[in-house]
Amino acid sequence: MGLLDRLDDPYEGGGIILGKVEDLLNWGRSKSDWYLHFGLACCAIEFMAMNASHFDFMRFGTIPRTSPRQADFIMVTGTVTFKMADRIKILYEQMAEPKYVISVGSCSNCGGPYWEHGYHVLKGVDRIIPVDVYIPGCPPRPEAFEEGMMLLQKKISHQAIFNKRKRLESEV
Amino acid sequence: MSDIKRLDLEYSQLESDRMRINVGPQHPSTHGVLRLEVEVDGEIVTEVVPHLGYLHRCFEKHCEKMTYLQVIPYIDRLDYISAMNNEWPYVMALEKLMDIKVTDKVEYIRVIMAELNRIANHQIAVATFGLDAGAFTPFLFFFRDREYIIWILEKMSGARLLYNYFRVGGLAADVYPGFKEDCLNIVKQVRKTNAEVMDLLIYNKIFIQRSANVGILTPEVAINFACSGPVLRGSGVKFDLRKDEPYSIYDRFDFDIPVGTGEVGVVGDCWNRNMVRVNEMEQSCRIIEQAIAQMPDEGDVKALVPKRIKPPKGEVYMRAENPKGELGFYIVSNGTDKPERIKARGASFVNLSVIPEISKGYMFADLILILGSIDIVLGEVDR
Repeated sequence: MGLLDRLDDPYEGGGIILGKVEDLLNWGRSKSDWYLHFGLACCAIEFMAMNASHFDFMRFGTIPRTSPRQADFIMVTGTVTFKMADRIKILYEQMAEPKYVISVGSCSNCGGPYWEHGYHVLKGVDRIIPVDVYIPGCPPRPEAFEEGMMLLQKKISHQAIFNKRKRLESEV
Repeated sequence: MSDIKRLDLEYSQLESDRMRINVGPQHPSTHGVLRLEVEVDGEIVTEVVPHLGYLHRCFEKHCEKMTYLQVIPYIDRLDYISAMNNEWPYVMALEKLMDIKVTDKVEYIRVIMAELNRIANHQIAVATFGLDAGAFTPFLFFFRDREYIIWILEKMSGARLLYNYFRVGGLAADVYPGFKEDCLNIVKQVRKTNAEVMDLLIYNKIFIQRSANVGILTPEVAINFACSGPVLRGSGVKFDLRKDEPYSIYDRFDFDIPVGTGEVGVVGDCWNRNMVRVNEMEQSCRIIEQAIAQMPDEGDVKALVPKRIKPPKGEVYMRAENPKGELGFYIVSNGTDKPERIKARGASFVNLSVIPEISKGYMFADLILILGSIDIVLGEVDR
């Protein structure tokens, strides 16, 4: 579906690309996502392994940022406690639009093993910020991180930018 | 020259306002969600107040509600970097309470698992300490090797990080074919990488200048604060539960306890604490080699595992040497299949309490380094 598939050459030597500006923008946006790494607990260790030699998360075009202002999406990796919840909300609100959220691990998806008796654990980070991709697991394997990242790229590359009606429909 | 002297004089007479700044809870260098409230005078740290509770996961509440077997996964999640070592004192405490004597084969597998996980933990600790000091390459080296260790642990238990492998009276599964060869290959690989990292990081001049003579923890302070593990041994105190109070079968192995020597810098500084971890990896390799050689092939690891864990009324305390220090479990049993109370004595929590003491008077950038050299994990601090 990328731009290069449309690189047909009906005019010899013309080098004309026929395509939509939207596709071009989405292609650029989906392949260079910078993320705010919000490492909270065990999943963050697995995410470190994901970043290291064997799995190399950066091949998705991601670069870890420490400031929410420079980030395209936020990766919530770990147990979100009540004390931490308002921090996440503040950081999410500081990010510039368009912004996305990946929720990693059972704890941040739904409370995980702490769902039933955890009096201090938020039962899912989607109660405070909207989540785009959920990665299950306790903790997820690096392969699951890869699939989650690919799902987010897919979502971004199908988003409408200019058509307001279509955009609103896709956001619902 | 005279100009510089005059400037020095003027600088010492200047009184700057003290400023309180906030480090964390979300900061790449705090090794978790620790929040530090730091008072600085210019760039000199004058006061540090740690704030905890950002990862409080209600451990004791869960222990009240779960059966003894169901508690084990929550114990994995205390110190999630070395989960095998965490489970060990818990199952040992219950075995002591229920008077179960596990077989030799189980003991040997437990030792190998724990030592492999100790290597993995120290690899993360040294790697992230290098990251704090600005060295990125050792991080990649160590994580490459750690992955091989994780593969063995995964083949044994089915999980990569949180294993849930130890059982009261035995283990969840037996060894797989080719386990011994895998372990010996790992030992070879760990030694090779350690030799590389010695040149690359430990004896690197920049690293030495950055970490030697920083965050000096004297033996008296370390003992007064009840520090344990590499933090205590980095200060030159030779105390290791594996040697001083041998549990399981550690008395059958020949290994040394590395302590801070002051080879570079002063005994008890960040460099020596780090060096202890690197040396401990070598000792763990030695233990693994001996255990592989002595391990019996026959035996059922699940033979003694009781169907229902119902210890008699009473209380028990058992401690063991975790990679981060001394981990103890105090279990009160009321005779039912659920514990009355389980209290965990985490090494990270105790070791963290020494930070306000040893980081005063150093540069702000050194504070991050001191924090990295203590090697805390917030799952165990907040519980």
